[in-house]
Amino acid sequence: MTSAVSILPRQQLAALNDTYRTAVARKRLRFALGAALFIAALGVAAIGAEVNLRTFFAHFDNFVSYFDRILKLDDGTRVWTNIGEWLWGWKKWLKLLGETLLISYVGTLIGAVFAFALNFFAAENTSPQKWLCFVTRRLLEFARTVPSIVFALIFVIAFGLGPIAGVLAIAIHSSGALGKLFSEVVENADMKPVEGVRSTGASWVSCMRFAVLPQVITGYASYALLRLEINVREASVMGFVGAGGIGQELVVAIRKFYYSDVSAILLTIILTVFVIDIGTGWLRGRLFGRDART
Amino acid sequence: MSHVPAPDRAELRARYPDVFDRPASARLKTPVMALVALAVFVFGLVDLDFSPSRFVSGLRELGWITLLMLPPDPGSSFPLYLKALGETLSIALLGTTLAAVLALPVSLLAARNVVPEILRFPVRRVLDSIRGIDTLIWALVWINVVGLGPFAGVLAIAVSDFGAFGKLFSEAIEAADQREVEGIRASGGSGLHEIRFGLMPQVLPVIAGQVLYFIESNTRSATIIGIVGAGGIGLQLAEQIRVLEWQRVSFLIVMILIAVAAIDWISGKLRFAIIGRRAVA
Repeated sequence: MTSAVSILPRQQLAALNDTYRTAVARKRLRFALGAALFIAALGVAAIGAEVNLRTFFAHFDNFVSYFDRILKLDDGTRVWTNIGEWLWGWKKWLKLLGETLLISYVGTLIGAVFAFALNFFAAENTSPQKWLCFVTRRLLEFARTVPSIVFALIFVIAFGLGPIAGVLAIAIHSSGALGKLFSEVVENADMKPVEGVRSTGASWVSCMRFAVLPQVITGYASYALLRLEINVREASVMGFVGAGGIGQELVVAIRKFYYSDVSAILLTIILTVFVIDIGTGWLRGRLFGRDART
Repeated sequence: MSHVPAPDRAELRARYPDVFDRPASARLKTPVMALVALAVFVFGLVDLDFSPSRFVSGLRELGWITLLMLPPDPGSSFPLYLKALGETLSIALLGTTLAAVLALPVSLLAARNVVPEILRFPVRRVLDSIRGIDTLIWALVWINVVGLGPFAGVLAIAVSDFGAFGKLFSEAIEAADQREVEGIRASGGSGLHEIRFGLMPQVLPVIAGQVLYFIESNTRSATIIGIVGAGGIGLQLAEQIRVLEWQRVSFLIVMILIAVAAIDWISGKLRFAIIGRRAVA
């Protein structure tokens, strides 16, 4: 069989090959430079973070055996051979888990309400004033950049130990994160209905209510449910700083080396997170059809 | 001029019964759901001891604290704080890179178009479990293993991001165009060739974008793991909050905000350079 591919005359081919090679060489050089820069940055970072591979390898079996230890009861038997002994504190833990869930629910709801109130001002296309848009955006940015546990640390001092600090910390952080997402949804909304409503002489509030809201409400609900999932995880560590929930019990168990308790509490947390993930996924599917599930 | 005839309500009603007489279950659904949500909310407020007096006195206290925070002032510890901030950035960079390097091969095992379902399912569940545990908890575990300090923070971020990356990367791989893989197979490539030349060129830009985004968000996570003793600026922050040095606290918060904004800006530029304009937006 003869080849159907025609071959160019030699000089033409050589010229093309040369151009190709220089182009590839330039690309490779750029890649190599970038990689070298990145590795140098990693090296500097390794010094900054006091990376010590010797301790790491000397103690790595500690990490593996940690999971071995947390899966053993005090008498040396595996935890699943004596479930009653393993989950001895289940009443207390379930109550704390309930508290954790309530913290995340109440926090998410308050955060969503604030985000809802602010997002129309933060969206470029609906904000009534330019400076209002700027101010709201900086406010939301502040609320979501400061980690919720830092808010919790400060609130614990202001409001005293207990779940209030956790709820407020989660609420503020969520309002920042949701406010940004909500305003992005609004920015993607179709503006023609707004013009239609405005042409009937409606006020700004009516424009938002009847032209924007029907378009964006499903997006809001979907993001709020996603946030609830994240907040359940966050609420599980609020107890580390005394802001309520199961975290308090967990940090005590880890610090005091109550190994089997660590695994029991972790198990309940992971199961709760699973259940919430599946539950919100199901709810999203019910509310917005199958597409929104992912 | 055309003239719209007056609607015949009776006929319309007969033709679209669902619109005119919605069943009670459909009409009641929204209010009932709202009511249930509100009831749970109120129950939560009561159960979590939200008393108005406590709330108001807390707010007053918070107002005082805010006043005491002004103006932000590092005292004489500015060099110390700068070093701590450098530590935090190092933790974020190293932790994220480590997680990405470890997660790439594992994510192949969690992608539907690379491995059979029987292997994919357990890998996915393991990744889910890792993600279900917060970074702070991982930090506590690693402190037990390598001792207090930033190295524990690096490992904590690496492990918890490993779970997140595994999921995200495998989703990127599943979304890749299968025709390029088929092309490699048709020209006689082995399974590894298919992954290297069919999948990787498609997913690497996506993955690079996600890694950059995570470095950014991990700057935030790395600020908090210091609170449990895993190094970085969080350690200083938690200490200053505990001793009520509010001016220093506000200074540290401002430092964190500036650092996050700077990283945000840099990674935006880098993403633009790596994957072009479309993926940035």
